[in-house]
Amino acid sequence: MTSPASTARHAGADQVSVRVRDVVRRFGPRQVLDGLDLSIARSEFVVLLGPSGCGKSTLLRLLAGLDLPDGGEVEVPRERAIVFQGDRLLPWQRVWRNVTIGLRGPDPKARALEVLAEVGLSERANAWPKTLSGGEAQRVALARALVTEPDLVLLDEPFSALDAITRLHMHDLVRRLHQRHGAAMLLVTHDVAEAIALGDRILVMDQGRIGSSYSVRLSDEDRRSSQEREDLRGRLLADLGLAGRR
Amino acid sequence: MSALLETRPLSPPGARAVAKQRFVPRAPHSTRLGRVVDSLRWPLGIYTTPVVLFVLWEVVSRLGWLPETIAPAPTTILHAGYELYQRGELIPSLTTSLGRAGTGLAIGLAVGVTAGVLGGLLRSGEYLFNGVFQILHTIPLLAILPLMIVWFGIDELTKVLLISFGAAVPMYLNLFAAIRGVDHRLVEMARSAGAGRFRQITRVLLPGALPGFLVGLRFSLGYSVLGLVAAELVNVDQGIGFLINRAQTYLQTDQVFFGLVVYAVLGLLADQLVRVLERVLLAWRPGYEAS
Repeated sequence: MTSPASTARHAGADQVSVRVRDVVRRFGPRQVLDGLDLSIARSEFVVLLGPSGCGKSTLLRLLAGLDLPDGGEVEVPRERAIVFQGDRLLPWQRVWRNVTIGLRGPDPKARALEVLAEVGLSERANAWPKTLSGGEAQRVALARALVTEPDLVLLDEPFSALDAITRLHMHDLVRRLHQRHGAAMLLVTHDVAEAIALGDRILVMDQGRIGSSYSVRLSDEDRRSSQEREDLRGRLLADLGLAGRR
Repeated sequence: MSALLETRPLSPPGARAVAKQRFVPRAPHSTRLGRVVDSLRWPLGIYTTPVVLFVLWEVVSRLGWLPETIAPAPTTILHAGYELYQRGELIPSLTTSLGRAGTGLAIGLAVGVTAGVLGGLLRSGEYLFNGVFQILHTIPLLAILPLMIVWFGIDELTKVLLISFGAAVPMYLNLFAAIRGVDHRLVEMARSAGAGRFRQITRVLLPGALPGFLVGLRFSLGYSVLGLVAAELVNVDQGIGFLINRAQTYLQTDQVFFGLVVYAVLGLLADQLVRVLERVLLAWRPGYEAS
């Protein structure tokens, strides 16, 4: 079932992974984020939905520490990782070396191969990135994000450049990885179907704030096709100002 | 459902004739002449034209249409080189020239690489070096030779410094631009993945600047040979430049030409060296996949 839910449901200080309070971010005269509040629980999968230019990527960059807010406060786990829109692989390093770029500790290669096996790319560990397909490259990017066992994974429209079939495979993969690793995940997207496929909670951005919030408690089967899915889709489209265009 | 999935024949009624194009494997030439022409097409690759020119030159010389003193035949030039070798003059001169070029190149590359890396990585390095190298870049290499003679005399020091100057400037400029030109999204990725400054430099910035470094190296090698030629026209008693100068004095054109051949071979070898380096160091580029 789906129902609007407030973020206050996740109380308890150490149960909270991300806390954003009253954050403001301006670019010149444009107020992109305008007093935005957000909290994400440990192991929660939150999808941030919005049209392009609504400030969702700006919020993600603030959470990543790649940008600073003009007002308010952002609190995130120290151990975090980002999966970008492009794969951002270093073309001059082999696949497994790309995975270990931020990894410390003994035997990095064994750790890299472990994670590459999780994303199904064991046999490509020694390949050059330029020889990978788009989906393979993005799976390496996922492995690179997960290898350090982060507490928070930020995904910035990671599958928007992939073809539709590959994207569906990636959705399954990401849900499996989320269940196994238990990190909190925030995925930014403009794709309603992707939001329903992945999110425990879907937030719709509206005028620099979180406009509405939906908790999604559907089985994997129901996420693919069910009456609840269609209802949720209709509501999300309405929130995006696209009601009736189903 | 069945109504929606109903299929219809694709060809429309009353289809007009469509102009078609057909692609098949290229057929080998059937006539004997055609086969001969095919086998003669660029048998030596890009070296076909030079070889043909050399053969023509030889023929024209043998026929006596070219005076010996202006342009001796290629075989005569090679013979002159062999004579120099037999008189025990070629090898010491070659060693001396290579020693000068090598020393100058080593100093120049050391300065150019150090300054380039510091300038590329650090804002203060950029302010420290960039202005100086940009100004030096605008001064023609050969124009500073007179000043160097005044400052450092007419001995080895001037020669080596002229060569290092020629090598350092292009290396700095290319390396600086290459480091600054590394995709900033990759640096951002490394930073956000938790890589420290050291890893950002060793895994992202320096390898990313490698193609630019090799361009710089190619220029540096070229300019160092240029510097060598200029330096060896001043007060020398050994070296390839000395051989050329002496041969000019005695109007031994064949030896002048042989000196030029040596310089050309040095340049070609330098170029081949960079090509090998590219093949090894840039193996990740799709274009170099084969090796």
